[in-house]
Amino acid sequence: MTYIAKPKIHHPALQKNAIGLVRRDYEGAITTLCAGCGHDSITAAIIQAFWELSIPPHKVAKLSGIGCSSKTPTYFLREAHGFNSVHGRMPAIVTGANAANGEVIYIGVSGDGDSLSIGLGQLSHAIRRNVNVLYVLENNGVYGLTKGQFSASADPGSTSKKGEANTMDAIDGVLLALTLGATFVARSFSGDKAQLVPIIKAGLMHKGFAFVDVISPCVTFNDHEGSTKSYAYTREKNVEVVQADFVPPMAPITTDYEPGSVRNVMLHDGSWVRLRKLAEDYDHADRDRAYAYIRERAREGEVLTGLLYLQPDSSDMQEQNNIVSEPLTRLPYESLCPGNAELQKLQARFR
Amino acid sequence: MDRVNNFAFKIATANGTGSASANGLIMQAIFRMGVPVSGKNVFPSNIQGLPTWYEIRVNKDGYTARTPTFDLMVTLNPATYQRDVSEVHQGGWLLYDSTWPFDKQLHRPDVTYLGVPLAQMCNEAFKGVRERILMKNIAYAGALAALLNFDTDIIRALLKEKFSKKPALMDSNQKAVDLGYNYAKEHFNCPLPIHLQPLDKTKDAILIDGNTAASLGCVYAGATVGAWYPITPATSLMEGFKGFCQKFRIEPGTNRNRFAILQAEDELAAIGMVIGASWMGARAFTPTSGPGISLMSEFIGLGYYAEVPAVIFDVQRTGPSTGMPTRTQQGDIMTCAYASHGDTRHICIYPADPREAFEFAVKAFDLAERFQTPVFVLSDLDIGMNDWMVPKLTWDDSYRPDRGKVLSAAELDQAKSFYRYLDVDGDGIPYRTLPGVHPKGAYFTRGSGHNKFGGYTEDGEEYSEVVERLDRKIQRAAKFVPQPVTRTAPGAKMGLLTIGGCHGACIEALDLLSKDGIPLDYMRVRGFPFGEDVATFLDSHEITFIVEQNRDGQLRNLLLLETGVSVAKMESVRYNGGFPISASHIITGVKAKIEKAA
Repeated sequence: MTYIAKPKIHHPALQKNAIGLVRRDYEGAITTLCAGCGHDSITAAIIQAFWELSIPPHKVAKLSGIGCSSKTPTYFLREAHGFNSVHGRMPAIVTGANAANGEVIYIGVSGDGDSLSIGLGQLSHAIRRNVNVLYVLENNGVYGLTKGQFSASADPGSTSKKGEANTMDAIDGVLLALTLGATFVARSFSGDKAQLVPIIKAGLMHKGFAFVDVISPCVTFNDHEGSTKSYAYTREKNVEVVQADFVPPMAPITTDYEPGSVRNVMLHDGSWVRLRKLAEDYDHADRDRAYAYIRERAREGEVLTGLLYLQPDSSDMQEQNNIVSEPLTRLPYESLCPGNAELQKLQARFR
Repeated sequence: MDRVNNFAFKIATANGTGSASANGLIMQAIFRMGVPVSGKNVFPSNIQGLPTWYEIRVNKDGYTARTPTFDLMVTLNPATYQRDVSEVHQGGWLLYDSTWPFDKQLHRPDVTYLGVPLAQMCNEAFKGVRERILMKNIAYAGALAALLNFDTDIIRALLKEKFSKKPALMDSNQKAVDLGYNYAKEHFNCPLPIHLQPLDKTKDAILIDGNTAASLGCVYAGATVGAWYPITPATSLMEGFKGFCQKFRIEPGTNRNRFAILQAEDELAAIGMVIGASWMGARAFTPTSGPGISLMSEFIGLGYYAEVPAVIFDVQRTGPSTGMPTRTQQGDIMTCAYASHGDTRHICIYPADPREAFEFAVKAFDLAERFQTPVFVLSDLDIGMNDWMVPKLTWDDSYRPDRGKVLSAAELDQAKSFYRYLDVDGDGIPYRTLPGVHPKGAYFTRGSGHNKFGGYTEDGEEYSEVVERLDRKIQRAAKFVPQPVTRTAPGAKMGLLTIGGCHGACIEALDLLSKDGIPLDYMRVRGFPFGEDVATFLDSHEITFIVEQNRDGQLRNLLLLETGVSVAKMESVRYNGGFPISASHIITGVKAKIEKAA
């Protein structure tokens, strides 16, 4: 980490977005993670995505659990409310918050310990409910803050820094999300900002649970030979199968790509995700085939990345619960309390 | 002793046979005759087949606590004949189904046996197995109507109301009532010496269970988010909330819900959802019981330290562990007062009956938002699931929720600065902002160490400053929780202090003890932290009997910890067997302590 505080004053020539904010307006406190941590690159991608989407920072709520990954919401969007909750339980907080106010844009940041071990149940049920949130799993295969234990996403056979081999199978968040019916499933790599930024943008605009697993090497505890979550390993093995571009509403849809390999998918707000198929036999709209393909390639040692599955027209938790369009937090009390006359009438049933 | 409008009876059946509707009919009929009545459902943790009992006490003076012995036993479950026979008062009656012979070995010379061939009559009168079983229950209600002198017009009217949309069912129910009624009239001296006479003591009252009342309180308080995991005996609280919301909270035109009910994957998630919704500014709650509180503890600590409101209904059941899920206890007094690791102390309020469950539900939301902290409403299975006779609920239409110190967008616009945990007013309560409202309102909610400006800290002094303020904040709540209820007895040198659902049994015991020459002053605590008057009450009596329903004397222990009053001034009188406490438990306990001292 660095100790130099960021200046608050911006250079006047910095580029502004549609609501007149510069990228720096989307930053947060300075990171306290290790120099070179993959998580910091993800933070940078998140900042970039929010800035490009011109979302007012205070309309966002950023939530996390516990762990290195969960510290990162401090490092972006200083004008957004943050909630650093308890270990593995962020999905419940975001579920309740979303039920209370669906107008706020929610981003949850978690890690592989937070999501796939202690919080596996909560993650699963938030997916099942299709809570409208962008859920970023910063996946490094290791417990960093407690100094290097394997996490549930560590691949069998991969070794710890001390040389110990992991004997158990990994829980793959992407396969899990596909199994549980997630409506937006992506995998990316912290070192590939060009791929990650459009995925984050699309995930933010997706109505429903957008799950993004980002392989994010831990430079201190899991970047050695024998690790399958290192920079070197991920750079070598990652294969992008579906490239996503985010196209805001009203923007013209151009056809730069060869017909047949490109599909434009409209999101609920009229924006588009343009999906370019890079692997002939991959289908991002077929859950079962996507699942089988990812597993098959994993056996060959490949880590597939991209926007792997997208179902743009699902109903989210708010819809499933038939909640009024006005946020519950804004309903006037008068519309909630039936009053004394009704109470007296009602009590006939208790006599 | 005059037995008119002063007796208790008990009905023994098997779970899942439909006896609940017959028992409800009996309760309501007595209530409509203007006679004070209470019912205790003693049921198993089972869906079908295990023994279940329903106890009804009729008392013209309004004593409605449970009595452990009965004047009349209706025993329809061979599996419990032996036990049922043993619980009949000397000189009492026992009604059984004489379709089959009653084991001679179980005959008591001091009990009158009344055989009614319920199964046989119903088999002849009704077709189909299910209907025969159901109507057998209604038939015993008919027999009781004759034996206890029910007003048959009231029964007819009740059936008519209940089955107004199903006339065929009304006819068969009336037929079953008549079968039992006529048989009893023909074969026994009706009514028995224990019987009903119309009174005028229930016209301003209702029969309601505490979970229903509490759920109604949530609706009236303006709660919009309920998150829960099903658990006996709290389940009916959320079912009640759902029912009332479907009646009162559907948006006209769109038919959409002005509420959200989230059935969580477990209690950890349920309280997390409540905290998330409250953080956004909704009034949110969760109903649960002891096992749920254990699971929620980590989040409760977060709510306390990060200062997020939450309302938790703990409908207590018998612990520890799974315990006896369908039996009552006051076993979570300590757990709730200090739930979660580290230094914590929580606002708790203790309703004594369904009416207070309604009122305290509303109060709980006001306290939670005023003090920005989780608040427990400690009810129990007896209050929550049994029908109690209480004065009609009333509502003050001028009530507006106390949302506490929440800064609006306009206020934030004007504000020079905003720091989440700064004690601006010197009352220990900082200002709060809601997400999505204003850029100046942003702060980081966290369970990790933070300073008064809301920043992360590992600095000892900064940390202490915040937690010391938290302590002051919660202690101040003593003045805002419902204050104790007291009653003085002339010449009393000793006191009796209790909590929650023990109230009815205590009042009855106090009256009886007073007749025996033992006058006692009375206090029922209704909120925690305790106010000064609690310590004063204990200090001003030679000895105070602390009455509660658990093994360890949790209320007494809490009083010892929190009031500084000497242990020598408190004598514990407690019952932990899982039935609602009776006056006899208290009288026996108090007398034993006095004798021991003498």
